[in-house]
Amino acid sequence: MGDINTAMAEQYRNDFLKEVEANVEDGQWVKMCMQCGVCSGSCPLGPAWEHPPQEIFMMIRAGRRDEVLKSESMWMCTSCYNCIVRCPRELPITHIMHGLANYAHRLGLAPKMNPTRRFAKKFWNNLAKTGRVNEIELSVGLYFMDGFKTGIARAWAMKDIGIGMLKAKRLNPFGFVTHKGCKDKKGIQRMLKKAREIEDRRKGFAA
Amino acid sequence: MADMKIGAYVCQGCGLGERLDTKALTLVAQKEGKAHVVREHEFLCNAQGVAMIQKDIDEGVNRVVIAACSRRAKTEAFGFENVAVARVNLREQVIWAQPATDEARELTQEMAADYVRMGCAEAKKVVAPTPNAEHGTDKRVLVVGGGITGMTAALEAAGAGYDVLLVEKTGALGGYMAKLHKRVPYQEPFADPQATGIEGLAALVSQDPHIKVYLNSTTTRTSGAPGRFSVDITTESGQTATENVGAIVMASGFSPYNASKLPELGYGKSQNVVDQAGLEDLARAAAAKGEPMRRPSDGKEIKSVVFVQCAGQRDATGTHLKYCSGHCCNTSMKQAMYFKEQNPDIDTAIIYTDLRTPGNGEDFYRSAQRKGVIFTKGKVGSIDVDGAGSATVHFHDLILDDKAATMQGVDLVVLATGQVPNSGVNIDIPPDAEDVDAAKAGEHAVSVLNLTYRQGPDIPQLKYGFTDSHFICFPYETRRTGIYAAGPVRRPMDITQAVEDATGAALKAIQAVENASLGRAAHPRSGDLSFPTFRREGCTQCKRCTVECPFGAIDEDEQRYPQFNESRCRRCGTCMGACPVRVISFENYSVDSVGSQIKAIDVPDEFSEKPRILLLACENDAYPALDMAGVAGHTSSAFIRTIPVRCLGSVNMIWITDALNSGYDGVMLMGCRHGDEYQCHFVKGSELASYRMSKIDDTLKNLNLEKDRVRALEVAIADIGRVPALINDYAAKIKEIGMSPFKGF
Repeated sequence: MGDINTAMAEQYRNDFLKEVEANVEDGQWVKMCMQCGVCSGSCPLGPAWEHPPQEIFMMIRAGRRDEVLKSESMWMCTSCYNCIVRCPRELPITHIMHGLANYAHRLGLAPKMNPTRRFAKKFWNNLAKTGRVNEIELSVGLYFMDGFKTGIARAWAMKDIGIGMLKAKRLNPFGFVTHKGCKDKKGIQRMLKKAREIEDRRKGFAA
Repeated sequence: MADMKIGAYVCQGCGLGERLDTKALTLVAQKEGKAHVVREHEFLCNAQGVAMIQKDIDEGVNRVVIAACSRRAKTEAFGFENVAVARVNLREQVIWAQPATDEARELTQEMAADYVRMGCAEAKKVVAPTPNAEHGTDKRVLVVGGGITGMTAALEAAGAGYDVLLVEKTGALGGYMAKLHKRVPYQEPFADPQATGIEGLAALVSQDPHIKVYLNSTTTRTSGAPGRFSVDITTESGQTATENVGAIVMASGFSPYNASKLPELGYGKSQNVVDQAGLEDLARAAAAKGEPMRRPSDGKEIKSVVFVQCAGQRDATGTHLKYCSGHCCNTSMKQAMYFKEQNPDIDTAIIYTDLRTPGNGEDFYRSAQRKGVIFTKGKVGSIDVDGAGSATVHFHDLILDDKAATMQGVDLVVLATGQVPNSGVNIDIPPDAEDVDAAKAGEHAVSVLNLTYRQGPDIPQLKYGFTDSHFICFPYETRRTGIYAAGPVRRPMDITQAVEDATGAALKAIQAVENASLGRAAHPRSGDLSFPTFRREGCTQCKRCTVECPFGAIDEDEQRYPQFNESRCRRCGTCMGACPVRVISFENYSVDSVGSQIKAIDVPDEFSEKPRILLLACENDAYPALDMAGVAGHTSSAFIRTIPVRCLGSVNMIWITDALNSGYDGVMLMGCRHGDEYQCHFVKGSELASYRMSKIDDTLKNLNLEKDRVRALEVAIADIGRVPALINDYAAKIKEIGMSPFKGF
């Protein structure tokens, strides 16, 4: 990573907006927001957001780079797509939120202990390893990511669902050993590596 | 008229025959109404029925009473020429307004009989109007103002075959639009500023053989009436030409609000703070040289521009303009695009409180966003400019609720100040009064038209200095007949709207000259041939008619008697309602014609439990609403007796006194809403009526009657369900206070 993660943005200038447009998925849509607030009003998790999407868009235009990228807000999105459906300007708000989260993560500015970020990371690593998600490994990893004691407590709280899933054969308890992944693991990994290279080149991240 | 011969015709169609004893009604007309000829017909409006009436007319009947449907229905079938026609509304307001039951039959019949009596009484007092011989026939149109509005109006009128005089104050056509670099787009895809095309339009006007252009000229005297205006056109050098025209389009446009009144926004302190007009100047100067726009103070490259919306507009404190000028959001976007065209890297921010983009502005807004213009919802507090010419804009960011937001290092600030109408002198308030338009305070208003009318030199204003017009129904009509306001002098607007306005006003002007040349009224009694006359020997020269006429139609002659300018008159009868000595009348509408109807009904005695309520209903809204209530099957009290009036303004107080004296138990008045949001077709009629009604309490006290004996109500044409409810409420109230003690005198 170059100096991009330490870039400064001047207040109410176009620099940060341009940075978002260049580097964030669907970031070119941010300028089209007309500040009606329908997204914020539609979000089922709205009250839990420090800055609802409407505000995030305004903060980007106001050049509040640090505040936006270090925010927990876009990590709250559960991808329900209510905002996309309702946005009168047809902004892909959900995608922009994920794009912003991803960009913040790549810059290393995302909040370190954000649970969504940590889960997303686990999920990605799990997936990228074999090309297919190992469910038991992922869920156990998720329960125990804050240590053994909390892991037991979490697993215990979820035991009924877990047993139900076992009975319905939706969860393989022996997945730790029997998980096979996809046929061409090497191929998947090569593809992902190449995609990463392309993206890094496009967005200016040093390889 | 010596040989008055009344023919009364009772229709049996539309259920009238089944619900009413029409034979008895003809007897009422004959015995009480003194009709010379009475006939029943099973279908009066068919060819046979009409032929029957026409035959009687040919044989000498000169007053026709048609007891059938509403006067608003079958106007063509019953439009007999050269005879006075009185319509008795038995259908909509009798049988359709009463339940079709046996119990209701008696009261319904009584109601119908009273209306027949009233119809006969009216027929005796009216004659078919003949056009005024005084009318003028000049069909030329004068357009005052050579901007986009004036030029469009001139071209439209000329295109329709009318000669036009165009008077422009400055030395060139084009007006404010000629000062623009480009205009907000008016064609698909509404994405980029477009050329104004004003030179082409000005050339068209100059070359049009129907249009005579006076440059450097003003209208220094305007007298007369539609069809015969006489106008002095004076050039700067003092030469005056007197021209005769038939109608006038006033397109005097607007002036930008004086930005010097906004020192807190830095205007006047630095050259780098300009208003929208100032930016257009910069853009045009730069375009003429083929160079990019540069900072006015030092010619440096511009990197950042901030547009401040609502600068001195929508100001709740009352210091500046209180209203929104409508065009400025689109204009600022257009101006931001000038910079984006120059260099897409120039930061352009528009600080707005509410973005208002009328017309196709929404597409334009999106286009501006696509080009990277930044929109920030906020309220600008102050702007500082440092010694180097770089500005700092302090504002309250309303989305992020940041009260101390700033934009720094701004090279150019553009203030979106609003439009101030060039409407001349406000004739309603003295120049030193408090409610003077903020924009004009301290500036001496100069008359535009210099009318010689008794009521003042310019057309009346409604609010904020914009000319008064019936906003919903007749936007171009001013309160001076034959003079039509168009463009930003009428309300704040942009170019596209001004073009529409100009076209509408030109067509209204053409209507006016055509109507005037036939001696007919302009809207809303369009085509009416009657006009007011007064009995000179009875006049006390009180001047109330000249003061209260909403249209300034009445001047004073040398002997201080009222002088009616019939072509300026809209036939509302407000003068008739005002006249304390009742000397003003129309041929087909007078104090006597309504008064006789009031007195014609049969008033049952005090112990009958059959009260009588008089309803004077405005013919424009209340009367149609009553008709439609009947059509919709709403029933209401059978004790009501309705008389349509041209406007509540025409209601003379003597009618109310007479009604109460002759035993009516209550009087209702239904007219249009008044005030700033008025709906009165005659603008001031319902307001004057309400003022006069506020004095009715004294009359009631003198008669020793309860306050509730008179009730005035505001209704709209759509109040179809409400009107019968209002009648029933009042009938219940009358029942509660009891019968009038004036019966049988």
